[in-house]
Amino acid sequence: MFAELLQYMLSGLTIGAIYALAGLGFSIIYNASHVINFAQGEFIMIGGMASATLTASGVPLPLAILIGCGGAMLVGVAVAKFAVERARDASTVTLIIITIGASIFLRGLAELVWGKDFKRLDAFSGETPIQFLGASMQPQSLWVVGCAGVLIVAIGLFFNKTLTGKAMLATSHNRLAAQLVGIDVKRVVLASFALSAALGAVGGAVVAPITFSYTEMGIMLGLKGFTAAVLGGLGHGPGAVAGGLIVGVAEALGAGYISSAYKDAVAFVIILAVLLFMPNGLFGKRGAERV
Amino acid sequence: MTMLTAQKPSSDAAPAARRAGPPLLRVENLSREFGGVLAIGDLSFTVAAGDIHSIIGPNGAGKTTLFNLVTGVYKPSGGRVLFDGADVSGQAPYKLAARGMSRSFQNLQIFFNMTALENVMVGRHLHLDTRLLPALFRFPSLVRKDSEARDRAAQLMADVGLSRYVGADADSMPYGALKRLEIARALASEPKMLLLDEPAAGLNATESREIDAVIKKVAASGVTIILVEHDMKMVMGISDHITALNHGRKLAEGTPAEVAANPDVIAAYLGAAP
Amino acid sequence: MNRILHGRLTGLAVLGAIIAVLPVFLTNNFYLDVAILAGFNAVVCVGLNLLIGYAGQISLGHAGFFGIGAYASGVLVGVYGWPPIAALLAGAVFVGVLAFAVAKPILRLKGHYLAMATLGIGIIVSIVLRTESGLTGGPDGMMVEPFKIFGVELYGEKIWYWVVGVLLFVVVWLSLNLIDSPMGRALRAVHGSEVAAEVVGVDTARFKVMVFVLSAVFASVAGSLFAHYAGLITPAKADFFKSIELVTMVVFGGMASTFGAVVGAVVLTLLPQALTVFQDYQQIVLGAILMATMVFMPKGLLPTLAGFLPSRRRA
Repeated sequence: MFAELLQYMLSGLTIGAIYALAGLGFSIIYNASHVINFAQGEFIMIGGMASATLTASGVPLPLAILIGCGGAMLVGVAVAKFAVERARDASTVTLIIITIGASIFLRGLAELVWGKDFKRLDAFSGETPIQFLGASMQPQSLWVVGCAGVLIVAIGLFFNKTLTGKAMLATSHNRLAAQLVGIDVKRVVLASFALSAALGAVGGAVVAPITFSYTEMGIMLGLKGFTAAVLGGLGHGPGAVAGGLIVGVAEALGAGYISSAYKDAVAFVIILAVLLFMPNGLFGKRGAERV
Repeated sequence: MTMLTAQKPSSDAAPAARRAGPPLLRVENLSREFGGVLAIGDLSFTVAAGDIHSIIGPNGAGKTTLFNLVTGVYKPSGGRVLFDGADVSGQAPYKLAARGMSRSFQNLQIFFNMTALENVMVGRHLHLDTRLLPALFRFPSLVRKDSEARDRAAQLMADVGLSRYVGADADSMPYGALKRLEIARALASEPKMLLLDEPAAGLNATESREIDAVIKKVAASGVTIILVEHDMKMVMGISDHITALNHGRKLAEGTPAEVAANPDVIAAYLGAAP
Repeated sequence: MNRILHGRLTGLAVLGAIIAVLPVFLTNNFYLDVAILAGFNAVVCVGLNLLIGYAGQISLGHAGFFGIGAYASGVLVGVYGWPPIAALLAGAVFVGVLAFAVAKPILRLKGHYLAMATLGIGIIVSIVLRTESGLTGGPDGMMVEPFKIFGVELYGEKIWYWVVGVLLFVVVWLSLNLIDSPMGRALRAVHGSEVAAEVVGVDTARFKVMVFVLSAVFASVAGSLFAHYAGLITPAKADFFKSIELVTMVVFGGMASTFGAVVGAVVLTLLPQALTVFQDYQQIVLGAILMATMVFMPKGLLPTLAGFLPSRRRA
C-alpha cells in the first residue's frame, strides 16, 4: 500500500517538475510584462521535438538539447518582439488572444517542420527501473527532477544575485520606475521570454523520453503549467514551482486512487478551486484598484 | 494667506436664505485601513440636507478614500455611514445609488465605448426598464421610455453647457467637457446627494468658473452636494460648511470663515508658526 | 433616434436579403452544408459577442455549452425517446442553470483569471463528454436522430438552410434589440468602467451573469440543432480548440458588433474550406490571423472598416 502511494508520488513529482518549469516560465513572463503567455507549452514542445529529431539524425544529446533550447529562445524572442510588444497597451483579452494565436501558429509551424507523428527520444541513461522502497522509478525521472531542480536554483540565483536578474525583478515591480533608473524594459521583456523559453525547452527535452515528443504535447503541459503558476500565486516564482509539484502529485494520486480516465481534469478542477476561493494563490499578494 | 480668507458670499448664494436642513449624511467613527496604513481614522461629521459641503485637506489626507467609503466602493474597517436615516455602511454602490447617492470621479470614469448621450442615459439606469425580456423583444413601453430618457439626457447635457456635444462620441470630447459630462451623468439619476471629487481638477480659470456655476445651479435645485476640491477660491466662495481633513482625521469643521481662521488648518496648509 | 433605427433596420434588411438570395448561388449540397455550418457558428458567435464585445468579459470555454446542448438532444432523443423540441428546451434550460451556477462566482474574476476559469470549465465539460462513453459514446461520439416536429422530419441541406437562416435572423434581431436597450447600455457601461456603472445603479454582477447565461443558451440551442442536422456529435465539437475558434471568429469579425460576429463566423468557417488545398498550413494561417488581427485591428474587421467611413459622430 505504501509502495503504491510512493509510486504515484514519484510519478507525480516527475511530471510535476515539468509543470513547475512551465509555471516558472509563466511567472517570469507575467512579471516582466503582465502577459499570460499561452504559447509557453509550445516552448516545451520545441525543446522536445528538436532534441528528438536531432538525436535521431546523429547529433549528440547535449548538443541537441542546446540547439533545441537556442531555437526555443529565438522563437520566444520573436513572439515577444513581433506580437506582444506591438500590442503593449492593449486590453487583457487582446493580449490573451495574441498569445493563443502565437501558440496555434507555432503548433502549425511545428507540424510542417516535423510532421504529426510521435517521436522517440531515448532515455538519457537507460531504462532499467531503479527500485526505491518498494516502488520502481525510471532513471529518466531522476533526470527530470534533477534538471528541473538545477534550473530552478539557477533561476533563483540569477534573479537574486545578478544585476540583470535584479533589473528584471525591478521591472516586474514597477515598470515606470525601472525605466527611470535606466533599465531597458523592452529588453527585459525579451529576456523574460527567452528565459522562459529556455526553461520550457529543457523541460521538453528531458521529459520527452517519458511522454514521447509530438507537436501537440505543449497544449496540456502549458495549461497545467499555468495552473501551477496560478496556484502558487501569479508572478511568484517559487510559488509556481510548489504549485507545479502539487498539481503533478494531485494528478497522479487522483489517477491512481479515483479515476485514471479523469486524470487531465484534476488540474482544471484545481485551477477552478484556486480561482474561486483563493485567486491570489498560495503566496500571492492582494492588490487594490485606485479610483 | 489670502486664499484661505473667506470670500464675501456672492449674490446668488445667500447662506442666510438657505437654512441648514436635517442631517442627510452622518459619518460616525469611520475608519479604513489598507495593509496597516490608516487612511481614515475615527472620522465623524454630518452633512445637512440642501447644503454645499466641502471636504478639504492636503494631498493624501484621505478625501477620495472618504468618498469611496461613503459611496460603497470601499468597505469601512470600522464605524458607520448613515444616509437619510438608514445605516448603509458597506453596502454596494448600486444599492446606494438606489437610495439617492450619486458621484463623479477624480480620475474620469467615463464610458469611452459609448456616445456622450449614452453616458448620460446610463445615469438614468434606475428609472428605466432594465429587464431582459422586454429588451430582447423590444416592447413598445420600453422603446417609449428609452426615447424619453434620450430627450432627458439631452436636456441634462444642455443644463451643464454641453449641448454642442449631444451627437458626439465620448472619446472625442475634450477633458473639460468630460468633467461636465460626468456631472450630467451623475444628475441623471435624480439623486438626493451628489458627491463631486475634484470637479475642477485640470481645468483652466474659465472652465472652473463654468463648473462653479453648474454646481450652484444644481444646489439651487435642492440637491445636497459634497465637494472635494483643491481650488480654495471656489471652495470658500461656494460652501455652506467645510470639513478639513489631515492624515485621515478631522482637523476642523464649520463655516468657511470658521475653518479659514482655525490655526490647525492654517498650520496644515502652511506649516506651523515658528 | 432615427439614425439608430436606420442602422438596425438596414443591417437586418441586408442580412435578410442575403439569407433569402444566397441559395441561388449555392448550387450543390456541399456549398449549402458550408453555409449551414457558418450559420450555426454565427448564431453562437452573436451570443458570444454580447459577452466579449459588449460586456467586455471573456469565455474560452463556450464550446462546452454548445456540446452540452448537442449531447442533450442526442441522448434525450436517441436514448430516452423525447421529442426533439423538448430535448432542445431541456438542454437549453440545463445549460442556463449550469451557466448561472458557474457565472456567479466566476464573473467576480477579471482578465486572465476569468479567461482561465472559463477555460477550465470548458475543458472539464469536454473531458466529461469524452469519458462518460456509456452515455455519450465516448471519443467517437454518438449518432443523433433527425429533428422531428409536428410529425414533420427536418432532413437535408435544403430544409436546414432555411431553419438556420431564420434562426440566425431571429438571433441577430434579439441581439440588436438588447444592445439598444437600457440593459444593453448597462452592459456596455460595465465594459467601459465597472465602478462608474456601479455608482449609477447598475448591479454589475447581475448583468454580467445575465449576459453570460444568455450567450450560453444561444450556444446550447445552436448545439442541439446542429446535432440533429449533422446526425452525429463528437466531443471534439465541445473542446478547447472549438472554443478558441469561436473566440477567434468574434474577435476577428468585430467585437461590439453583432454583424461583425456574423462576418467573422462566415469568414472563418469558409477559410478552412478554402484552405483544404493548403491543409498543412491551416493552423499557421489561423494563428497568424489571430495575431495579426489583434495587433493591427484590435477592434476587429467590421469596426475597423467602419472607422474608415466618414464619421457622423465627431464632436
